[in-house]
Amino acid sequence: MRDEEGIREAEQLTLDQALENLRQKEDLGLRYYAAWWLGKFRVQEPEAVDLLLVALEDESDRAPDGGYPLRRNAARALGKLGNKKAVPALIRCLEFPDFYVREAAAQALENLDDHRCVPSLVKLLEGGVAKAEFVTGKPHLVEPCEAVIEALGTLNATEAITFIKPFLGHSVAKVKYAAARAMYQLTRENQYGEILIQALSVDDLQLRRSALMDLAAVGYLPAGAAIADTLAENSMKLIALKGLLEKNLDANSTKLTPESIQIMDYMDSLL
Amino acid sequence: MISIEKLIEHVNKADSADALLDAVENLADAKSELAIPTLIEVLGFNNPGAAVAAVEGLIKIGESAVPQLLENLDTYNYGARAWMIRAFAGIGDPAALDLLLKAAVTDFSQSVRRAAARGLGIINWSKVAPEKVAIAQEQALQTLFLATEDGEWIVRYAAITGLHSLGNETPEKFLTAIANKLREILTQEPEIVVKARIQLALEQLG
Repeated sequence: MRDEEGIREAEQLTLDQALENLRQKEDLGLRYYAAWWLGKFRVQEPEAVDLLLVALEDESDRAPDGGYPLRRNAARALGKLGNKKAVPALIRCLEFPDFYVREAAAQALENLDDHRCVPSLVKLLEGGVAKAEFVTGKPHLVEPCEAVIEALGTLNATEAITFIKPFLGHSVAKVKYAAARAMYQLTRENQYGEILIQALSVDDLQLRRSALMDLAAVGYLPAGAAIADTLAENSMKLIALKGLLEKNLDANSTKLTPESIQIMDYMDSLL
Repeated sequence: MISIEKLIEHVNKADSADALLDAVENLADAKSELAIPTLIEVLGFNNPGAAVAAVEGLIKIGESAVPQLLENLDTYNYGARAWMIRAFAGIGDPAALDLLLKAAVTDFSQSVRRAAARGLGIINWSKVAPEKVAIAQEQALQTLFLATEDGEWIVRYAAITGLHSLGNETPEKFLTAIANKLREILTQEPEIVVKARIQLALEQLG
């Protein structure tokens, strides 16, 4: 809900105003929006990073559940700004008591492409599947496993394979698919890509959408036909096929392969 | 043989996404003009599977679905609007030409713009009065040229497919203009996927 309000606010903010809103401490709402805005528009000013790092230590903005809304937004924004200066602070966030701060930090670290965070991410998977249970009365697990596993895959952390692999057997489908995605990124073995293809035929639309994004991220070429056929919005299928095609074109930049042309045929049919 | 009325009733009574999909597929297979209002209604349900089936059904019914589609197009539901434009594109009836020309470059929804750009390439030109063909194709060409400058990659991609199909259809004069335009935008296009589609069009247009 707060993000939707943030979108309305965004139309009126300028860079100076956003920085000022984050600097001041009186209006918590303004700080929260400003942090979101700086990330949304990928502001590259060094001052934006510094102010977000201050916001990452904030104690004043507290949610009814005891969480830290401003820290969550600041962590998310830092992931979008691409400045590695934020890495040590985000690594510290992985040990913070608020689950959603840990989750946002893991997602931000995935985007910052800095290997230093790998040991701290792996630490959150210790205890394996047995420990990765739901917190009583909460809609989330003890640790943000899905975000952590996805980050490790994107960061090409092959040393984490033994920690990730057991999560293929996790009872939560999204965690299982995150593990399949990461295992494919880390090993390039088709068996893991096939798990994501199977996910395109499950009953739950959210899971099918999420599998589409996973396949786009890893660029698993044999998934083309299954992507074109799955029951989901054409917009999302097109983004997934774009991901496949991009990966295929990277390797063959001068000439169109039959595989690339096949993917484009699927895309044409979905317009 | 189940009656059309029964098939429509099944669509209206479907109590799950899967049941709706099955019911719409069955109704679409009947290729009956009586199914048109129901199929159009399904486009607004925000159920992508059922909408695909409904669009396919409307395309199968063809030109006789166009008047009702045109009548119902004025809607605030941009999801439904995009599906309707896809139905027009699939039917290829020139009655929708003005609508596609406008939608391709002015609609605020990118899914509508992309469907319209695609549709401009697959108009059934043989249905246009011979003395009007050249002008209509010129309009489609200029609109697609404009759509290649869209801010969204998918609309630019769709515009390329439109130009590709138009190039297959139209006389030499257009073919040269299209090939020149494609070569020009190939150098400026930032998205590798759109570049690849331009390359494919250039190769196949020869």
